[in-house]
Amino acid sequence: MSPYIRVVKGSKIYRSRRGDVHALEDIDLEIRDSEFLSIVGPSGCGKSTLMRCVAGLAPISSGEIWLKGSRVDGPAQDLGVVFQRDLLLDWRTVLDNVLLATEFRGTRNAATEARAVALLEKVGLGAFVNRYPWELSGGMRQRCAICRALVTDPPVLLMDEPFGALDALTRDDLNSELQNVWLESRKTVLFITHGISEAVFLSDRVAVMSAKPGRILKIIPVALPRPRPLSIRDSVEFISITGQIRQVLAQAGAIKG
Amino acid sequence: MGDLKSWWSYTARPRVLILSALGLIVLWELAVDFLRVPSFLVPAPSRVIGEILKNPMWYWGHTYYTLLATVLGFALAVIIGVVLAVIIVYSRTAEQTIYAALVALNSIPKVAIAPLFIIWVGTGFPSKVTMAAVIALFAIVIDTVLGLRSLDPELLDLARSMGARPRGILFKIRFPNALPSIFAGMKVAISLALVGTIVGEFVAASSGLGYVIVTAQSTFDTARIFASLLILAVMGTILFFLIDLLERWLLPWHASQRHQEQPEA
Repeated sequence: MSPYIRVVKGSKIYRSRRGDVHALEDIDLEIRDSEFLSIVGPSGCGKSTLMRCVAGLAPISSGEIWLKGSRVDGPAQDLGVVFQRDLLLDWRTVLDNVLLATEFRGTRNAATEARAVALLEKVGLGAFVNRYPWELSGGMRQRCAICRALVTDPPVLLMDEPFGALDALTRDDLNSELQNVWLESRKTVLFITHGISEAVFLSDRVAVMSAKPGRILKIIPVALPRPRPLSIRDSVEFISITGQIRQVLAQAGAIKG
Repeated sequence: MGDLKSWWSYTARPRVLILSALGLIVLWELAVDFLRVPSFLVPAPSRVIGEILKNPMWYWGHTYYTLLATVLGFALAVIIGVVLAVIIVYSRTAEQTIYAALVALNSIPKVAIAPLFIIWVGTGFPSKVTMAAVIALFAIVIDTVLGLRSLDPELLDLARSMGARPRGILFKIRFPNALPSIFAGMKVAISLALVGTIVGEFVAASSGLGYVIVTAQSTFDTARIFASLLILAVMGTILFFLIDLLERWLLPWHASQRHQEQPEA
């Protein structure tokens, strides 16, 4: 398995009058093809900055980011992004929201529309295709946002705390749905979260970050069999991994051990 | 039954409006009667209505003239205003020149520049349309600029991550996002356009309700002035509600009118 996303000595410095802020410092990270990798860390550790840099939405100050074979130096084309807020357009129906990217690329046609409907049906929104976002609950809206990111069938999915604003039960639902979608499509996923349990449940590997400066402390593999039921979170193996992550964060002073 | 019920609730606002207007008219009639107000000061509503009914086609002719100038001036203001706003939002130079000039111009009482437009455009119909447009323009530009700028930066990130070009972002995201704000500007602008037309007709005209008012004043024909005012009030109200209706029809998603029914997750 070759690395699909590669960050080499990536640093991001925000210059301000009070001095430089090292949002990211010497990040080295490789995400393999079809791998699900999560980044966990305290808020303000630069994990969202890292995602924005990988997506090409913000330039890094030094170092390099590679997507497949090409260096990232602007908004990358073949990836889907899911943000913490669903960012659905109020004036478009669910279906038209999902098809937004195809309209920007001029590829909206019967085939992409059929794909969009199939995606929506897969996440249980088949009956809501022609509804408007304000008719949907928070969980349904975020499902719609995931379909929107997947509609062009990009090989890479970047997710920035996509379930952070949802209640715990809805979050569980979406975690297990996301796993199913991933198992079917095997996309390369970079998943940003501050939920340790969520990260372990979904990921092949979890990168633990510290704040100020934003550094990767340790990368912990999750060798649990898939598909994983939600109940796996009560297993000894699972708890030992979340314990390891908490320990790394505590040693760095990010959380109180 | 359901349709009738929803129609009944939908028309609640205009119904209350019409009923309270009728109540006011009855009160006015009684007050003039009991207090023996001379009719050259304040004529009773029955006399005002009678004045219109005495010569309805004559009134319609002047009403049509004023209405047409107002609507054309308003349409011109919307088209020019929205285009200007887009230019202002996309160009720093335009913001510093056009926008600054507009703000400076707006601080001049626009009634005071009406004579200038009569000299430039003439005393005919085009000068009324121009006045309506000039007075309405500012409200459209201000609110459209505001709407175009109030774009969530994350929405811009989303569009860029989808490979959107500036044109796509303008037409698919920025502009629809600004529509509620543009409609707010249009609601203010339609009343201003009517003001502009009347001001134009005051200064120099041979038709229109503004002209009728000015000529009636010189002969102390108070009933005729009140008749024109009544028509103007009705016209202004109808125009406002037409825009409101258009907004409801075009922007059913807009927050101020969405229903609060949400399914469970």
